[in-house]
Amino acid sequence: MRITKNRATLLVNGILLFIVIIWTIPIAGLLISSIRNRDAIRTSGWWTIFPHQANVTVEERPIPTGQASDQPITIDGITKSFQEWKAGVAMPDGSTLIWEGTVRVGKLVISKPQIIADTNFTLDNYSQVLEGKTLTIQNPDGTVTTQQGENLVNAFLNSLTVAIPSTIIPILIAAFAAYGFAWMKFPGRRWLFIMIVALLVVPLQIALVPILRDYVSLGLNGTFLGIWLAHTGFGLPLACYLLYNYISQLPKDILESAFIDGASHFTMFTRLVLPLSVPALASFAIFQFLWVWNDYLVSLIFIGFGNGQNKVLTMRIADLVGSRGQDWFLLTAAGFVSMIIPLAVFFALQRYFVRGLMAGSVKG
Amino acid sequence: MEQTTAYSATGGGSASMSLGRAAVAIVGLILTLILLVIGFLFLRDSDAPRLVIALVAIIWGVGGVAALYTLANYLVESFTPKWTALIQPYIFVGPAILLLIWYLAAPTLRTLSLSLYTTQGGVTTFAGLDNYRAIIDSRIMREALLNNIVWLVVGTSLTVGLGLLIAILADRSSFERIAKSAIFMPMAISMVGAGVIWKFVFDVNPDIGLLNSVVTGLGGQPQDWLRQVQPYNNLFLIIVMVWLQTGFAMVLISAAIKGIPEDLLEAARVDGANEITIFFRIMIPSIMGTLITVTTTTIIFTLKVFDIVMVMTGGQFGTEVIGVRFYKEMFTAGNQGYGSAIAIVLLIAVTPVIIYNLREFSKRETF
Repeated sequence: MRITKNRATLLVNGILLFIVIIWTIPIAGLLISSIRNRDAIRTSGWWTIFPHQANVTVEERPIPTGQASDQPITIDGITKSFQEWKAGVAMPDGSTLIWEGTVRVGKLVISKPQIIADTNFTLDNYSQVLEGKTLTIQNPDGTVTTQQGENLVNAFLNSLTVAIPSTIIPILIAAFAAYGFAWMKFPGRRWLFIMIVALLVVPLQIALVPILRDYVSLGLNGTFLGIWLAHTGFGLPLACYLLYNYISQLPKDILESAFIDGASHFTMFTRLVLPLSVPALASFAIFQFLWVWNDYLVSLIFIGFGNGQNKVLTMRIADLVGSRGQDWFLLTAAGFVSMIIPLAVFFALQRYFVRGLMAGSVKG
Repeated sequence: MEQTTAYSATGGGSASMSLGRAAVAIVGLILTLILLVIGFLFLRDSDAPRLVIALVAIIWGVGGVAALYTLANYLVESFTPKWTALIQPYIFVGPAILLLIWYLAAPTLRTLSLSLYTTQGGVTTFAGLDNYRAIIDSRIMREALLNNIVWLVVGTSLTVGLGLLIAILADRSSFERIAKSAIFMPMAISMVGAGVIWKFVFDVNPDIGLLNSVVTGLGGQPQDWLRQVQPYNNLFLIIVMVWLQTGFAMVLISAAIKGIPEDLLEAARVDGANEITIFFRIMIPSIMGTLITVTTTTIIFTLKVFDIVMVMTGGQFGTEVIGVRFYKEMFTAGNQGYGSAIAIVLLIAVTPVIIYNLREFSKRETF
């Protein structure tokens, strides 16, 4: 019995470890790429930082003169056709000889297999991302000035100012609505619920232009309130739907007994339903926070045309990469900088996903 | 509470008690609204340090919403029970409904009306169902619809299946937190970051592309995964979506598994049920609600899929999907009528999911 149990545990851990490794490889690649320099990212894979066997050039020689491409060529006692030399010939000592260039102009490259590791690491990508890119500006009079771009601290604070209320407000509004739909009776309940589920599928792009027009006439454009409401509006269908599904499945007996004891709906909601729904609230909070934090489109439209003071992290990162995308290698570092807060939020809220929150609430 | 005691102490009846409550609530509501306006003006015009602005904004926004709900309820509960029962539900669902109408429902209706018109040479004319007929006749739209079906079937089953598998394995493993964090991590990356990561994986050059490096290492030929291996290139895009989205499924399913009462599982084990029986007879039924929720959400996500395809292939090479098609027609080509019709097709496509969820909804009892 004990042996089979151990074997089962081993199997569970083994399969899970395998999945975890597969899942992590792409991210590991990004992390490693972010500490390699620009040219290295472009020319070789990130895994070359690990020791591996590769042909390393040990010697370069001038080509023997006076050869013709249709005649066999003899080098170091080995006779091969020009095409074969071009493709590379294994020499007796284990090295490879390649003829680079044409038959008249070129060189002989001799390489040997060696164990190498490309460990030229740099933090340049991170310092450029964090301290702001240095801009070189050519003045009209011909002089060149260099100036330091704005750092990311303000954008970081702006992102937090946008993301925290844009997470809490929709959760609060959706939790109230979910409770209303799950436990209250009122005319129009069915139709309003159909509307919420149907709106789940509406792509938010269709709303951008009409809402922007409303914002301009209301003076909400570029303000925090405007962006909070936008994220709230776009996040509400999913928030209502998820929280409804959780809140409606709470055990009926608890609510019923509280109701009979004379508790009002508001008291039941704040004292009973909210505390019992913590795992669902925490799960949705994580997702909404991530979507808002990583959002670019909504911020670009509702903050981008404002005075620019309220620009969030994703917008700054897009500026950093440049309008022609020429500095996209900075994305590797910027990606990690912008991941810090979401991961911290995940770890902070993870403790709510524990067994036992519902313990004692259900009579067995 | 103190207010009501004060009133009853002066000998007022129940009517004046609730009148007092109502007065307090109305004054409170007015004061809150004034404070909210002041806060709004401060945030818009202030030059205070960013940290101060951030703190004020967060407290103002979150506190304001909480205060409005509390005071509105306080007001409504001061009415006679009959009126309270009639109005209170709308205090609960009203704000959500109003915001949804403003941000999504009204734009959707506008889209519906736009889809019946066509613009040619600056002149907009009523076109009836012409746009919809054009969608059915269009080869590229048929390709997009077909691809979306592949996304829906393959993407949803892989995401939900893997999410369930990982949630269950993690629950019994000895490194639950690390495993869940690792699966969750892709969700923390922005779409642009994920695009960069996967372009590195799928790159055609085996010196840069991880997949081709593995393939050539095993003696195969490097492939242009995203462009030439049609129609399987869709599957490589779906892999990216599964990688990003499984964390979502796993977190929700895992929360549901944690919600299964431990005594229930223990009782089954004592009765001699093996793990497979427990899984199918107890776990699956207990988390059925969550599984339906996650599946619905993932299906809708696959129908709406946009940024993954846009970033990786731009919808070329046989990978077109409805979301990208909609974006191109609406914003790149400026065919508002046709683009709107595509968005409405998307809405129609999800009707079966809505009907299913509605059936579950109708089964519910309320107080």
